[in-house]
Amino acid sequence: MNGVALTMLFGDRAKYLGLVFGIAFSTMLMSNQISIFAGLMSRTASQILDAREADIWVMDPRVLYVDEIEPMTDTQLGRVRGVDGVEWAVPFYKGLTVAHTQGGVLQQVILLGVDDATLVGVTPRMVLGSALSLKQPDAIIIDRAGFEFMWPGEKHALGKVIEINDRRAVIVGISEASAPFTTFPVVYTKYSSAMNYIGLMRKQMSFVLVRARPGEDPHHLAGRIAAETGLKALTWQDFAAATIGYYIKRTGIPVNFGITVALGFIVGAAVVGQTFYIFVLENLRQFGSLKAMGVSNMTILRMVLLQAMVVASVGYAFGIGLCAAFFELTSRVSINLRGFELLWQVALGTACAVLVIIVIASLASVRKVMVVDPAIVFRG
Amino acid sequence: MTDPSMAVRCRGITKSFPAGDGIVEVLHAIDLDIPAGELTMLVGPSGCGKTTLISIIAGILGPTHGTVEACGVPLTKLRDSEKVAFRRKAIGFVFQQYNLLPALTAAENAAIPLVAAGMPMAKAAQQSAAILDRIGMGKHIDKLPSQLSGGQQQRVAIARAVVHAPNLVVCDEPTAALDAETGQTVMTILKEAALAADRAVIVVTHDNRIYHFADRIAAMEDGRIRSVRTATAGQFLEVA
Ligand SMILES: Nc1ncnc2c1ncn2[C@@H]1O[C@H](COP(=O)(O)OP(=O)(O)OP(=O)(O)O)[C@@H](O)[C@H]1O
Ligand SMILES: [Mg+2]
Repeated sequence: MNGVALTMLFGDRAKYLGLVFGIAFSTMLMSNQISIFAGLMSRTASQILDAREADIWVMDPRVLYVDEIEPMTDTQLGRVRGVDGVEWAVPFYKGLTVAHTQGGVLQQVILLGVDDATLVGVTPRMVLGSALSLKQPDAIIIDRAGFEFMWPGEKHALGKVIEINDRRAVIVGISEASAPFTTFPVVYTKYSSAMNYIGLMRKQMSFVLVRARPGEDPHHLAGRIAAETGLKALTWQDFAAATIGYYIKRTGIPVNFGITVALGFIVGAAVVGQTFYIFVLENLRQFGSLKAMGVSNMTILRMVLLQAMVVASVGYAFGIGLCAAFFELTSRVSINLRGFELLWQVALGTACAVLVIIVIASLASVRKVMVVDPAIVFRG
Repeated sequence: MTDPSMAVRCRGITKSFPAGDGIVEVLHAIDLDIPAGELTMLVGPSGCGKTTLISIIAGILGPTHGTVEACGVPLTKLRDSEKVAFRRKAIGFVFQQYNLLPALTAAENAAIPLVAAGMPMAKAAQQSAAILDRIGMGKHIDKLPSQLSGGQQQRVAIARAVVHAPNLVVCDEPTAALDAETGQTVMTILKEAALAADRAVIVVTHDNRIYHFADRIAAMEDGRIRSVRTATAGQFLEVA
């Protein structure tokens, strides 16, 4: 009878398409919004994720997340290096400053200063040039989005000169740094150059990046660093989580996305529930006559659930496909949308939500067909 | 006690429905035998309980009191699931409203009882197509119900009622939705296709223009069987 159930479903073209559209719409809306939200939140931790060699980030105890920095004195570096289990520890500067091109374009940039000797903290993903070129005097690496923002329409090229706080900076590389939360260009330079650009201050070191000795558990080491130096030390995972958590807790962003996702869910459930109920109601007489002819309640139940599952699967496939296509297209259209993608976790979560929608949607309908009296078939 | 030539044996059937605060009894102590190999008509004024009675005979409704034996099976002793299986195997239905599935073709609709019994649709539809062919519907096997006239749809329903070779075919007002001429055609086909030595056909009807198709007429009135007459040379004679 499964074939009969499917023929019934596909035979009612209008309702079938309505149901598939409802599920597809809700799948698309939910997965799209959750993906953008997840992408946006992971952007808040971009610089942490890009500094891949570091196991542990050490900072002033008052720092809660990566964008709010309490500088430390350079002497803290030595104290961190002195902790047992530290393989190496290097300074890291992070700040916002203003840059302008020779053409006069003025632009706020995220300035990242990495250890002169080791260049630890530079993203390994380069579009043009090499991270090692940072060792040249006045050298900076800018991210692709920043380059295209400051020199719109121009081909990627090295050797361009900008001024940061009236000091010369030469572009020696273009990176594919992870998109930051703010869409400012990301500029890497040597720690010493960064100090030049911002001018000398008593406290200027933003973070100390630490690598644990092989075999050393980063969590334990972080605990030890904190205990011995009085600074705050977090594994990169914990620091990224703290940063993302900060944005989730302290901004209205999750609420906005949450509302849209909830709307997708509710509209999906309502539209699909309603349409499916009407579909079953219109076929009630047919189901009744099948019952009269000796089709068991179990079989009828299976038929209705099969119809529901087919609607859910087809609608979900369309919706999730649209969502993936959306990110594929938008990342090509706008560089500011790069890095947003459909995560498998989101696809899975949306599938679960769709399952819940379809279960809710079929509950009333299933009840209706289960209790329908086969005797209705004799009524006019 | 059990007479194998009797397809249906009802004894002391009463049926009550809840109505308002109390209950109303719509069938009162009905005794009725329906022999195999005959077309029995159940006639009577509207509301006298004809539909209720054949629903009970077909195992769709349970009586409040009394026993029904259909095709040798003590229906009133069966559990619900056994009744479902009994209906699937032993009964063919023809309804006033045809009740065909709108998305299925004529052949697929007529094949439903076989599919319900587990036969793959392709094979079942072949069998039902052969029956449709025999009752003059050969050209229409691939049409949807919406592409067929009422008489043609009722013929599909007749094919569906006999495709699985049931022991009993029950029809509720099979001609009520058809014009007089089509009604005659449909009854002719029903009698030819459905009646067999080991099968009884029960037709509930208001329509005295089709009485002449009956081998036996049970007249009901107000929840009781008033008379049962058999046809002899076109005349209906009262049986006890
Ligand atoms: N499910 C039910 N609940 C309450 N009363 C019912 C129910 N089914 C039938 N009845 C009542 O039982 C009586 C007999 O109904 P039934 O449908 O058997 O009559 P009928 O002879 O088939 O009439 P018609 O010729 O109009 O089809 C009617 O009074 C009807 O209102
Ligand atoms: Mg009736």
